[in-house]
Amino acid sequence: MTVPATTQDSGYNFAYLDEQTKRMIRRAILKAVAIPGHQVPFGSREMPLPYGWGTGGIQVTASIIGLADVLKVIDQGADDTTNAVSIRRFFARTAGIATTEKTEDATVIQTRHRIPEMDLRDDQVIVYQVPIPEPLRWLEARETETRKMHGLADYGVMHVKLYEDIAKYGHIETSYDYPVLINGRYLMSPSPIPKFDNPKMHEMGALQLFGAGREKRIYAIPPYTRVESLDFEDHPFQVQTWGAVCAICGDGESFLDEVITDDTGGSMFVCSDTDHCGRRVAAGHKGPGGPEEGE
Amino acid sequence: MTTMPSVDARDDGPLLTATGISHSYGDRIGCRDVTLDLWPGEVLGVVGESGSGKTTLLNCLSARFIPAAGALTYRLRTGEAADVYAMGEAARRMLMRTDWGFVHQNPRDGLRMGVSAGANVGERLMAVGARHYGAIREQVTDWLGRVEMDLGRIDDLPTQFSGGMQQRVQIARNLVSGPRLVFMDEPTGGLDVSVQARLLDLLRGLTNDLGLSAVIVTHDLAVARLLSHRLMVMRRGEVVEQGLTGQVLDDPQHAYTQLLVSSVLQT
Repeated sequence: MTVPATTQDSGYNFAYLDEQTKRMIRRAILKAVAIPGHQVPFGSREMPLPYGWGTGGIQVTASIIGLADVLKVIDQGADDTTNAVSIRRFFARTAGIATTEKTEDATVIQTRHRIPEMDLRDDQVIVYQVPIPEPLRWLEARETETRKMHGLADYGVMHVKLYEDIAKYGHIETSYDYPVLINGRYLMSPSPIPKFDNPKMHEMGALQLFGAGREKRIYAIPPYTRVESLDFEDHPFQVQTWGAVCAICGDGESFLDEVITDDTGGSMFVCSDTDHCGRRVAAGHKGPGGPEEGE
Repeated sequence: MTTMPSVDARDDGPLLTATGISHSYGDRIGCRDVTLDLWPGEVLGVVGESGSGKTTLLNCLSARFIPAAGALTYRLRTGEAADVYAMGEAARRMLMRTDWGFVHQNPRDGLRMGVSAGANVGERLMAVGARHYGAIREQVTDWLGRVEMDLGRIDDLPTQFSGGMQQRVQIARNLVSGPRLVFMDEPTGGLDVSVQARLLDLLRGLTNDLGLSAVIVTHDLAVARLLSHRLMVMRRGEVVEQGLTGQVLDDPQHAYTQLLVSSVLQT
């Protein structure tokens, strides 16, 4: 469903932020694109939503969006969750731009915790909302030290975390926010996307921008850039599998959410990407369906 | 006849040369004009009372910080002499985690308390590029065995260990990369005497077997006598006496050394 452009509410500057702030953020974005994976500080503003709800992503989107753009917002893959709906309405009101739920129609996609299943093109931009931009934070608490570690590409300690996983569980247990190395140089947090999505970041056509509002950092991956997930030679990087298919569209290759359907332990798996699922259903695919109702 | 070229035999100069090391904290003197040579395989003890500048000197020698004045030269494995203070930070960090080790008095300063003993020991290997879990694990197990740790506890957190065990993990963590030079700051401080004795035994065995050079700072003369070949006595930031350990302790020349030696409880 695409909602055409309207006129913006009066009383707001285009896309809420003032022009000086947008320029400052664009400068940070340019620097971030020039140094793939490097965290660039920026002057994060108060936004009319709390930290942790996407203040970083929303500022990046506000700085790059124009009248001709079509915005899609997803939260955990879905277009119809609170966070996604309210951010989409925010930009429809403050910028008067067109919004959509269709991945192929969007020019700017703001996301929380997922990458759409469909391959993104090089005329699209994906904006990630990031809570903790520093991948080394849980291993090294000092910011002065983590900056030095990035400067010297001193990343051995990141493998300590993966080592711990294997020692404890027999395999790498980290399943989201799985650390990646950008263009062979900077270690980067991909934001809390599932590691299932990590391979999509590699050589992606779209420009990938990351905004962390509370931590005041912006970073980026330019189109067609090498993105490697860290691993061990004898424990290579692997994505999750479910051994199930989507109950609605029957897809066995997309990222599935388990939905509890009753209080006796019944559940079903459905695609996390609602647009992807809807497109497949429209094309005639059918899933096995959920547990029978009315039992 | 050909012999395997040994690291220590290939060059006949000292491993570490410090010249005129001076450092002060504002008006307070940390250490003043210390010059020393450390030879391959040699264990140098530094003794003195609290506040005599032992730890400051150790920090300068290990390049944990750069003193106000002085020069430090280290002979690399290639035989080339490197000016440690003039090195780039990346090269210095590399040196610190491959060729050098630093054993802190309090194991909490030298360990990551949030990750298991095994990960603590393996960190240095991963930091220099080891990316094979099985191989890392094998080396870690080997080293924890050599410091007489119970191997069933390899995946336990250091917080669940006693002080003596934490100290063993710290030692294994430093030795796993096969260093040539280890700095120790009161390695047995704060441990009870029986644990101290076992740890000293272990350290003496390791330095002998591996041909390690070491600088050991201690205020315990018994530790110095047991571990070090050569002894330096410090007072108010200056070296007042140095010589072979037995010689200094049995026949002290300087008044302060005499006081120090005579202050030890006689049993």
